[in-house]
Amino acid sequence: MLLKIGAAVSGEDLGYLLHKNPARAHAFDLAFGKAHVFYTRLGEDHAEAALLLDVDPIGLVRSGRQTGGEGALDHYVNDRPYAASSFLSVALSRVFGTAMSGKSKERQELADQPLDLEATIAALPCQDGEAFLRSLFEPLGYAVSAERHPLDEQFPEWGDGPYWTARIQGRARLRDLLTHIYVLVPALDAEKHYWVGPDEVEKLLRKGEGWLASHPRKEAIAAGYLRYDRTLIRDALARLVDEDSGDPEAEDHARRREEADLETPLRLAEQRTGAVLACLRAVEARSVVDLGCGEGKLLKALLEDRSLERIAGMDVSWRSIEAAQRRLRLHQMPPAQRGRIELIHGSLLYSDKRLTGFDAATVVEVIEHLDPPRLAAFERVVFERAAPRAVVVTTPNFEYNVKFPALPANRLRHRDHRFEWTRPQFAVWAAAVADRFGYSVRFLGIGPEDFVAGPPTQMGVFAK
Amino acid sequence: MTLKIPELSLVVLIGPSGCGKSNFARKHFAPTEILSSDLCRALVSDDENDQEATSDAFEILRFIASKRLKAGRLTVVDATNVQAEARKPLVALAREYHAIPVAIVLNLPERLCVDRNRSRPERSFGPHVVRAQALQLRRSLRALEKEGFRHVQILSSVEEVEGAVIERQPLWNNRKGDHGPFDIIGDVHGCFEELVDLLLRLDYQVEASGGECRATPPPGRKAIFVGDLVDRGPKIPAVLRLAMSMAEAGAALCVPGNHDMKLVRKLRGRDVQITHGLAESIDQLGREPAEFRDQVAAFLDGLVSHYVLDEGKLVVAHAGMKEEMQGRGSGKVRDFALYGETTGETDEFGLPVRLNWASEYRGRAMVVYGHTPVAEPEWLNRTVNIDTGCVFGGKLTALRYPEREFVSVPARQTYYAPAKPFPDEQPSAVTAGLTAQQRHDDLLEIEDILGKRIIGTRLHRTVTIREENAAAALEAMSRFAANPKWLIYLPPTMSPSETSRNGSWLEYPDESFAYYRHEGSHAVICQQKHMGSRAVVIVCRDEDIARSRFGVVGEGIGICYTRTGRRFFTEPDIERGLLARIHQALCASGLWERLKSDWVCLDCELMPWSAKAQELLRRQYGRTGSAARAALPEAVAALEAAGRLNAETAPLLEAFKERLDMAQRFVDAYRRYCWRVHSLDDFAAGAVSSARVRRPRSRG
Repeated sequence: MLLKIGAAVSGEDLGYLLHKNPARAHAFDLAFGKAHVFYTRLGEDHAEAALLLDVDPIGLVRSGRQTGGEGALDHYVNDRPYAASSFLSVALSRVFGTAMSGKSKERQELADQPLDLEATIAALPCQDGEAFLRSLFEPLGYAVSAERHPLDEQFPEWGDGPYWTARIQGRARLRDLLTHIYVLVPALDAEKHYWVGPDEVEKLLRKGEGWLASHPRKEAIAAGYLRYDRTLIRDALARLVDEDSGDPEAEDHARRREEADLETPLRLAEQRTGAVLACLRAVEARSVVDLGCGEGKLLKALLEDRSLERIAGMDVSWRSIEAAQRRLRLHQMPPAQRGRIELIHGSLLYSDKRLTGFDAATVVEVIEHLDPPRLAAFERVVFERAAPRAVVVTTPNFEYNVKFPALPANRLRHRDHRFEWTRPQFAVWAAAVADRFGYSVRFLGIGPEDFVAGPPTQMGVFAK
Repeated sequence: MTLKIPELSLVVLIGPSGCGKSNFARKHFAPTEILSSDLCRALVSDDENDQEATSDAFEILRFIASKRLKAGRLTVVDATNVQAEARKPLVALAREYHAIPVAIVLNLPERLCVDRNRSRPERSFGPHVVRAQALQLRRSLRALEKEGFRHVQILSSVEEVEGAVIERQPLWNNRKGDHGPFDIIGDVHGCFEELVDLLLRLDYQVEASGGECRATPPPGRKAIFVGDLVDRGPKIPAVLRLAMSMAEAGAALCVPGNHDMKLVRKLRGRDVQITHGLAESIDQLGREPAEFRDQVAAFLDGLVSHYVLDEGKLVVAHAGMKEEMQGRGSGKVRDFALYGETTGETDEFGLPVRLNWASEYRGRAMVVYGHTPVAEPEWLNRTVNIDTGCVFGGKLTALRYPEREFVSVPARQTYYAPAKPFPDEQPSAVTAGLTAQQRHDDLLEIEDILGKRIIGTRLHRTVTIREENAAAALEAMSRFAANPKWLIYLPPTMSPSETSRNGSWLEYPDESFAYYRHEGSHAVICQQKHMGSRAVVIVCRDEDIARSRFGVVGEGIGICYTRTGRRFFTEPDIERGLLARIHQALCASGLWERLKSDWVCLDCELMPWSAKAQELLRRQYGRTGSAARAALPEAVAALEAAGRLNAETAPLLEAFKERLDMAQRFVDAYRRYCWRVHSLDDFAAGAVSSARVRRPRSRG
């Protein structure tokens, strides 16, 4: 990665300001590689110095400098040697530390006064586009010109790359320019090469003194600099200003609209719960197992129904089971209540003795997550082996999808849905299952019923 | 005096305090075999004489005993055990684990015990305690056998105690030292002609002279009858004569069947219902001399419930044998061997409804059994039923062990009408052509998946799967994997050699070869590596092969899946097209014939890389290339400008020029494996091969 600093001063003056002799090339050893400083222009009224980092990518991986998780540094192939990142900030403070502190033995008055400066950074990562890049530098009085590099010009379908060559021009004190770069580059990159700890907040506040508090994008800067660690971000923001600090979560990358968002206006989840509870009451179930319980939304409602003596929730995801434990406050439950419920880690595709002996089973918005060829196993597990008196199955009604304005035509409501059935498709499947395993089935709709498209959710109630 | 005890016993020592039980135990048994109540008291209370701890101490004692018995280990209980209520749970425990309860009583003079206790200062209790215990002991002596002890040994003097020698005897069913090879023969039911036919097919020499009939196995081999020699069939005495003579000559073993046992009861004059073909036995044996009937009764009565053979690798029992009962001895074991497990209900034909123990069987031993007629012998979880209903007009079947080969001869006629239609199961369209194992495997059991698992492999070491990994795998396989019946092979990730010690190389051939040599590889095949996505392709000759080999019905002739068992293609048409093309190639090249196989599993690298790994390319490879090609030209330009001012930077310029060149070559390298995919044609025809891709693809 490369940072060039140009100034409308003589080469000699820039040398004094940066504390680096223009007649020589300088090299510094850093933990992650080498930093080189050399001059590319030494005119009478304009000079330019370059800070070039030579990062050893293999050394990074081997030294176990991992960021944890799926970071770039887990792999030998990574962009760290080229992309401007927190390495640049580390190098800045090591190589131009005196200049950043605003001291110059020979040219203090130059150091204290605004100069015409220009910084060029290659390659500066900024995923969120040029407007965002500008919004960080322009409020500080800089003019920004930036050129975006394609990810790969041969494959435009891969989309834009995140890297820019950015030129930042303005009249500022050298120390300020360096400090702004020190804070804003890692904020743009958001992939730090070291763990973000509480002392990062101190560093941010120290370097941001005098300008960050009034910066209109301070939340985004804090969020990026602190790698989206929410607690740290809140802490930093709270300490930055007394005024309302805004909502740091608003700066999170916008998430795709999903099923829940789509269906929210209908309050479908609640209506489903109500419908399922009504069915359980109708069959006078005393015990029920919720298959695919997820984080336990339905279980919570089941627990409130005192007529249920035994409740179990099963999910294939261990993380969901843990989340359900927390949501239901299983560990704080009084023993009498705790005795009514158990959570099971298991799968709908495996015969499981723990699922036997229940009056009813609920399978709410689950089957559409199974690959169609695997439904046969699910059918046997539930209707042949667990074989409760009643089984309640709900699944989206595909016909209703046209009623969701946000959903493109012929798309499913959730990325993990393997299918969504029309009412006839569901009816055919359910009737065949009922016939094979000796159940009867009737169908109910959940949610506001459209004259043509039917209800948003369809429900089959199987009984022996 | 020699005390014979079965090798798997629960030995209960009985005697008042001071009679020398602990010394006796130490002398005759290993320290780990002895569970002493004193020690257990000390474990819970730090005082081996603390009577308040007795109840907890015995709980521990029984718990350890149960673990030992479950593992099949002889266990000695060193406690006074003079009261019936103390012994009762021990007998129950032995029965629970099908171990034999043995009582050894040290019935020594009271005075001796009192004197011994007096010399032991930690035993502060007075002589009245010993007196009470001795009294209880004397009262118990007669009842011990009634309480359920199968062996009772009473030592009544110091001399007897000191002269005692313990001899452990293997159970009758333990024939682990008999390695065969064996010919295991299914239910004969008096079908003598077919039995002779079968023995001849098995290369036995069969000679008949007068009323006698003898059969001699090929050298080294031995026959094993799975029982039910009698009832229903036409020549019951002849079958018995042959089996008895073979058994006597050491040419055959025989386990009893339920019909054999019922006949014994009848012969012994018990009142039994004359049903299910017993009439034929009574009738035919009635024409034999009484002496022969007595021999038959003695022979059948002496049969051992089941046999554990060949170092425990083979178990033969009439109706099968659960793992936890194999090699054990108890009434329950015998009942299971004779009748299997039933629900207690009867079906529409009046026959008991059987629980299918075999589908739950997970033991290591092969279990060969009969009892319930089936159309064909079929393997299920290392068990096989070889009763192919000869007497009902089916066939008589033998299993050759260890060859695992079935030999059958057809029934010459139907001798007896079965109570329910035979063969009873008309396979449905879905299960037709599937083996019992495949039908069973249609539904997997969660118990076989969850929790920590240690899996023995046929070719390599055991594999331990940690509980959390099993849990994660359950989710991954349930949510994403294809039908597990296809997933015979999940490829390992490429196993690289260790990173080179020479810093400028990631790997270096010399070190790699040394590494493989050290790991025991004697041959290394080197191929050019192409960047594609790992794909496993299974192609069968036709759908019937998919059904018979994989048990997969209605999913086409094969599958293409990723290294984690997910379907490679989201569009079924592309997958079908790919499979069809490979199928065509296999036919055209004559590979089916050359490999003598009806199916192949290909481990491939499917290109283009970008088809499956676009996210990886975009997030990692593309980005790295983009960043390098954005930053390095700027760096080179800056260094060139610097070089005009100062010669010092010349080496750095050279280094960065080289870096720039390498960055471009890096991008070129991954680009060679990226192209747009619109249809199956865009997956290069040469991209799949039986091993890996050998040549880079020429476009078009």
